[in-house]
Amino acid sequence: MDEKEQFGEGQAARRSFLGCLGTAVVGGAAAVAASAMLSNETRAAAVDAPPVPAIPGYDWSKHHWAFGVDATKCIGCLRCVEACKAENEVAPDAHHFRTWVERYVYLEGEDSARVDSQADPVNIEASGSEGKYRFANRYKDAKVDKAFFVPKLCNHCTHPACVQVCPTGATFKTDDGVVVIDHTYCIGCQYCVQACPYGARFFNEALKVTEKCTWCYHRITKGLLPACVEVCPVGARIFGDRNDKQSPISEFIKNNRVEVLKPETGNAPNVFYVGIDKEVS
Amino acid sequence: MDPLFAAAPFTGYVYPNETVFPWGVLIVVYPYLTGLVAGAFTVSSLYQVFGLKQLRPVAHFALVTSLCCMIVVPVPLLLHLGQPERAFNAVFTPHWSSAMAMFGYFAGFYIILLIIETWFVFRPYMVQQAQSRKDLLGRLYHVMCLGSYDLSDKAMRYDQKWIFALAILGIPGAHGLHGNVGFLFGSLKSREWWSSDLMPVIFLFSAIISGVALLIVLYVLSCKLRRVAVDIPCVKGMGYTLWGFMMFTLLLELVEFGSLLYKGREGIDMIMEFISTKLVVPFFVLQLSIGAVTAILILSFLFWRHITGRALVAGIMLSALLTLFSVLMMRFNVVIGGQEISKTGKGLLTFPWEIFGRDGILAAGSVLIAPLLLLLVMVRILPPWQDSPAAASH
Repeated sequence: MDEKEQFGEGQAARRSFLGCLGTAVVGGAAAVAASAMLSNETRAAAVDAPPVPAIPGYDWSKHHWAFGVDATKCIGCLRCVEACKAENEVAPDAHHFRTWVERYVYLEGEDSARVDSQADPVNIEASGSEGKYRFANRYKDAKVDKAFFVPKLCNHCTHPACVQVCPTGATFKTDDGVVVIDHTYCIGCQYCVQACPYGARFFNEALKVTEKCTWCYHRITKGLLPACVEVCPVGARIFGDRNDKQSPISEFIKNNRVEVLKPETGNAPNVFYVGIDKEVS
Repeated sequence: MDPLFAAAPFTGYVYPNETVFPWGVLIVVYPYLTGLVAGAFTVSSLYQVFGLKQLRPVAHFALVTSLCCMIVVPVPLLLHLGQPERAFNAVFTPHWSSAMAMFGYFAGFYIILLIIETWFVFRPYMVQQAQSRKDLLGRLYHVMCLGSYDLSDKAMRYDQKWIFALAILGIPGAHGLHGNVGFLFGSLKSREWWSSDLMPVIFLFSAIISGVALLIVLYVLSCKLRRVAVDIPCVKGMGYTLWGFMMFTLLLELVEFGSLLYKGREGIDMIMEFISTKLVVPFFVLQLSIGAVTAILILSFLFWRHITGRALVAGIMLSALLTLFSVLMMRFNVVIGGQEISKTGKGLLTFPWEIFGRDGILAAGSVLIAPLLLLLVMVRILPPWQDSPAAASH
């Protein structure tokens, strides 16, 4: 018996349509399965790969950024601090810094260092403004045994405590080794500020989110240096790509016995120091 | 224009960014409230699960108190957040390694459990009200019954099984919630003052004593307001519970304190300076001497001399008030004290008090009072009183 006669014309048409649909679904599924088998590796990579940043011409999987500080060279001019504030629009006051410089002074007869930074009220008074920075000559009448400056910034740790505690994942470590914050996703709880052992994070009261040094990510992904490195007149700040064995940072780490701050935290910082003293932490 | 932040004065050397305190008094109130939640639930469970029959007059009241505190718990957090409208990011797209993200799940699980248990406990009352009242409140009870009007023996036995199971599940639920809050502080390696494995345990025990103390105070007050006699065995039972847990809490705190000093790791000199200067009044005088030790001494005296009657109630009530104060000071000394010691280990900061503003004393005080106001309304909708016939006829 003809199908059209058995089920009626409409039913036959529906059945024919469903049949085609079934074939299409099975065929489609087979095609998908086949393509999946053929390009299993490619597909897995597409699923597992982190989202690629929308920076034209920049491949974050090809870089491994690191920072060096040669404290023996720093003269405490604080151009780095001012450049950072200007470049990153950091609040021009004495309580918010992406980078800062500490001064360690051992006076004659004293066992421990006297420490201050450009944010110390005495130094702010000397500069005359919370937005301009200089170190006051406060030890001019004292006998100084030893004195040096130590620039500080976010350590972009390999195991960052700030990233671990962030409840939303707004702060994260990029593939090229930089710890950044997604300001559109940060809830402003400041748990990361508490977790950072280095005091590198602060709350941006205007944006109501947390802020910190990004090694000028907007600059380094364009092949430029971080602003603080760019302006340092003595080369105390070194920056580069550890994947490039000839880069300044690779040479710096290779040619010096470098230290990191607070290694006991297990954070594994990526800012490497030369010429710091036992009291620097 | 008002300044956007209050800068803290300091001595010694502190990191420049430390002069703005990340967490203020709202974050003192937050663990205090979660502690009250856990503590009040413990009293309820002592009756429902562990069969301490003398706590019957406060068993249901404890449950309602825990619920009222729990409803308010998110408020200090939301007030504190820079971007409160994004708060649910922590729940919908959580970062699994964050203790703070886990808090959302602990809190969500526990509040659902608490609502279901309260529903089962008050179902007979709601059914009876729904069937007898014809006013607007009657309709509310109808809605609250969720179509379940069966009060047969079989149905009640079924309810009891649920209440028992939920009360058991609520013990790890409530204490997990507050243990998580302790972990939130104790797991941070950046601050020596917080970084302690004992922190979650201390938080838990201090939570229990604060919850028991709150119930003592509220129960005695409620009896006075309702003009019924205070159930002496009940208050005495809570007094004993308070006494036992307080001893343990105090011991744990002293062990932690001693351990911190004995280990004497990097920065201990600054901690010693902190203890001998800024901590003298808030810790040694207020939290330890006036709060904890005096409360324990009063309770010890009451039980030793077998004091009973009004003097016993007054004594236990006073101890409970001191305990509540002591635990509040403990939260303050942990949250604010921890931030007063600089991460440099070379300086001390002074917390800049605010009266008005989002993180001021007024806001924090209002958040602390909110659960009590909520409780005033709640006990009218779901009366939790289970007074003995003698007390009711007083």
